[in-house]
Amino acid sequence: MAIDYAKIGLKCGLEIHQQLNVGSKLFCSCPAELFKDTPEITFLRRLRPTQSELGQVDPAAYFEFQKGVKIIYEGNYKSSCLVDMDEEPPHPINLEALKVVLTASLMMNMQPIDEVHVMRKTVIDGSNTTGFQRTTIIALDGWIKVGDKVIPMQAASLEEDAARKTGIQDEGKTLRYRIDRLGIPLIELATAPVIYSPQEAQEVAFAIGRILRDTQKVMRGLGTIRQDLNVSLPNGALVEIKGVQALELISTVVDYEIQRQLNLIAIREDLAKRGITSASLKADFVDVSGIFQATKSKVIRKAVDRKHKVLAVKLSGFNGLTGRELMPNFRLGSELSDYAKFWGRVGGIFHTDEVLANYGITAEEVKALREAVGASESDAVVFVADTAENTSDALKAVVERAQVACTIIPQETRTAKDDGTTRFMRPRPGAARMYPETDIPPQPITAALIEEVRTNLPEPAEKKLARLIKQYTLNEKLAKQLIDSEYLPVFEEAAKLKGVQASTTAAFLTETVKALKRDSIPVENVTDEQTLSLFKAVGAGELAKEALPDVFCWLAKNEGKPLQDAIAVLGLKMFTEADLVPVIDRIIASNKAQIEKFGKNAFGMLMGAAMKEVRGKANPELVSKLLRHKLRPP
Amino acid sequence: MSELEASGYKGHALQLLKATDCGIGDILKIISKGKSYEGILIPRSGAGSAIIIKMKNGYNIGIEATVDVKIEKIGKGIAPQFEVPPLPKQNPALPHIFIVSTGGTIASRVDYRTGAVRTAMSASDLYGVVPELADVARIDTEIIFSIYSENLTPQNWTELATKVAERIEAGIDGVVIAHGTDTMGYTSAALSFALQNLPVPVILVGAQRSSDRPSSDAATNLIGAVKAAGEAPFAEVGLAMHETSSDIAIAIHRGTKVRKCHTSRRDTFKSINASPIARVQNLKVTMNTNSYQKRDSKRKLVLKPIFCDKVALIKFYPGLDPAVIDFYVEKGFKGILLEGTGLGHVSKFCFDAIKRAIEKGVVVALASQCIWGRVDMNVYNTGRDLLSLGVIPLEDMFPETSFVKLMWVLGQTNDSKEVATIMQTNLVGEISTRTLPQNLNVDGGSQ
Repeated sequence: MAIDYAKIGLKCGLEIHQQLNVGSKLFCSCPAELFKDTPEITFLRRLRPTQSELGQVDPAAYFEFQKGVKIIYEGNYKSSCLVDMDEEPPHPINLEALKVVLTASLMMNMQPIDEVHVMRKTVIDGSNTTGFQRTTIIALDGWIKVGDKVIPMQAASLEEDAARKTGIQDEGKTLRYRIDRLGIPLIELATAPVIYSPQEAQEVAFAIGRILRDTQKVMRGLGTIRQDLNVSLPNGALVEIKGVQALELISTVVDYEIQRQLNLIAIREDLAKRGITSASLKADFVDVSGIFQATKSKVIRKAVDRKHKVLAVKLSGFNGLTGRELMPNFRLGSELSDYAKFWGRVGGIFHTDEVLANYGITAEEVKALREAVGASESDAVVFVADTAENTSDALKAVVERAQVACTIIPQETRTAKDDGTTRFMRPRPGAARMYPETDIPPQPITAALIEEVRTNLPEPAEKKLARLIKQYTLNEKLAKQLIDSEYLPVFEEAAKLKGVQASTTAAFLTETVKALKRDSIPVENVTDEQTLSLFKAVGAGELAKEALPDVFCWLAKNEGKPLQDAIAVLGLKMFTEADLVPVIDRIIASNKAQIEKFGKNAFGMLMGAAMKEVRGKANPELVSKLLRHKLRPP
Repeated sequence: MSELEASGYKGHALQLLKATDCGIGDILKIISKGKSYEGILIPRSGAGSAIIIKMKNGYNIGIEATVDVKIEKIGKGIAPQFEVPPLPKQNPALPHIFIVSTGGTIASRVDYRTGAVRTAMSASDLYGVVPELADVARIDTEIIFSIYSENLTPQNWTELATKVAERIEAGIDGVVIAHGTDTMGYTSAALSFALQNLPVPVILVGAQRSSDRPSSDAATNLIGAVKAAGEAPFAEVGLAMHETSSDIAIAIHRGTKVRKCHTSRRDTFKSINASPIARVQNLKVTMNTNSYQKRDSKRKLVLKPIFCDKVALIKFYPGLDPAVIDFYVEKGFKGILLEGTGLGHVSKFCFDAIKRAIEKGVVVALASQCIWGRVDMNVYNTGRDLLSLGVIPLEDMFPETSFVKLMWVLGQTNDSKEVATIMQTNLVGEISTRTLPQNLNVDGGSQ
């Protein structure tokens, strides 16, 4: 389906969040490090909805709170302190982080404000121990050039990253969050909504990413950059998509979102033709547990055994529509299911437009189900198995979402999946409730500070390209790839080493690493120090350059293990002269006849035989030297 | 002083704002360095001179009022219409609790327009902030002071004790006192001595995270305190705060045995040389001990609210100049509480000054700066010398409670023999003869 993006009126804006690598967190001195082990500290909290400026507690938020959602936070002593636990006031803002944001702001032609005020943005989903995210604007109103187009940059902010969710328990009533990530500094950059095609969105994100990398103070690897997209269609809705992790995915995500909205518009038209309005859809739930008492369906069986409920509802006129695909492998039924999961804390729903036999549900059960809710052939039935409270909340959400489908495309916040499709995350929040973080004094951005940052700005991309070509005698293609690569700083370090060719290093860090990444090797597991140690080993003759890809792969797959282990396990220890002598003696001995026949001319054949045995483990020059020495007539 | 000046603006910023008739909350446009910024004028606090506006996206920014800056008022501020939620129906079966506020941020709300935090202490405010209270008690509220706890004086203790006594005599089922945490331990000790023979519980409560934030401990502490005041079987002065860092249980500490031990943690209050007397979890009160004064609405309260403010607390440290002691004696102080080292020592260089003080009729008593443990001045010569000078050892009372008790005793009598006797007699659980093993790990919990 070729879409004319201008015709449908697509408008897109980007918000890029990137973790900064400045040694510590934004408001405390903890290192910015995640951990995988069992937590050393756990504590339990509840976040309470606070009063609005009008003295009201949002009834919906309070209703949710009353259901007793608890949050268990996990931490360890290395990555978190009392600040992260909300047990100590925040320390003054990390000035290094502030300088990085200033650097990026100046590179994007923005105007820094004169005095920084940290704000508290209310967030009570548990991802912040405080119940708010600390965030601050550093600079406003700039631009970058992408191709020939000028993209206005609205703002550069500095904020703390949130805790990461590690689990949900007790039918959704206990959430687990890990606070290692909480407080890591994030730069947030927002463009104006002036992007008009999926491809352009990706190019702009790429350009911003390049500027961020130029600061050399950003984290690398999965999860360190998160792109949020605002996608809007005049006949659809403004939808905010959170957390696109890979740059390459942006155009797909935008494309799928357009498809989703266009399909929802088509469904709305179909419903109108069928004469279905939101009034046709009633929240009349029927307890159908009786039908499933002897069910073979594992999921329902589990619920029935626990004395939970199976609750069903009729969606009038929806037959065939719940099964309609909105995006690849994502149907309207999936959308309803996501709403049910969010509001009803259930694992998912069943609907009659899917192949229910796949879940062990029989045709007889479906027939009885349809009868129980009084569904005709033109209706769809949605049913769900869980606790009484959860099933009823879930179906309520399903019916409300179906009602909305008759009239509008809802404005909502969605989250991006790795395949480029998106899932409902939450309704789009109203204006964020923000108030000052009174524990942190205002931070002036003085003219002297701006001047200091300005004089230390990274070299502009064109200059850098010319320098790389000249300084390291690289070809233009390789130099360009380096500039776009995260490994440029490592390259420049490695280039200082003796015994390693800059072009070898450059080719490895761009082409080879890219190829490994394509083969799903987790290259981000290899730290810069490790990568550098590889080149050091090559330079020192401890590792053959041919062995680089294998060693790099091994390090990626064995995170945290030292280079020595890789060399030992892969049997790549370089042969010393003493190691080589017996090998060469053996080869000479077993080729005595040829040597006598060809004399000196046997060298080529012998060298070939020796290298076949020690390739990647010995320096060819050394082999050749030893061989010649041995062949020399006494 | 105009509203603008009171809001912290000065110098050129103030002039500019005045010249354009901009008040706090008004919408203005600032033009600086070729850029234009729009937002609501926010008050300034602390150092700095930039004009602070809240932009449409909710962020505050500061723009320096240099000579080139231009300001334009583009809209009048609209004061938020605050609607006090209606009182919920009071359940007559629930206990009747009097909540009195002395300040602090147990209940407050944010003005999101300016970021200012205001106290919310009427009964309807409290129900509005903590709706669960309606299921715990019927409440009456009163603001007696709005004072940061470090600014409270013994005079305030007297007023507070008198106010609480009035309500108890009128038949309330329990009293809760909302208090800033910094000196809450002093007040709880003071009330323990001032309100003797209590028929119902008097519970102090505070918060380490202000109630404007979703993670605040205020609501859980308050609910725990009100629950204990209404239903706990004891009739003593207690202090209710988080038992651990988690929002699980509220510990109720005995008023004379509790001390703030951490600058910022939720479980900052620890029972010293004792265990908390009770805890509240899931709206259930459990006693930790059998030794307490039982609730009895017929018991007649004895009010002794007078404190002598001519008492000094002197912390001994290596090299303490004895002139410090002489100074208080010359100033007419009646009592000195020495915070000694270890088992109860101060340097021999202070002996002469202590002797002069006691000869002049000043009561000199001693508690240990170790906080945990009991003083014993018979073990070393220094201790024995101090005893023979007439210094009164204070058993297992930690310095703050000892100090408050000395103020209270000197408020009751001037007879130094009698003072010495009362100081060493347990009145309201402040002295125990047995020291039970207790985990000293302040980090982990109380037991």
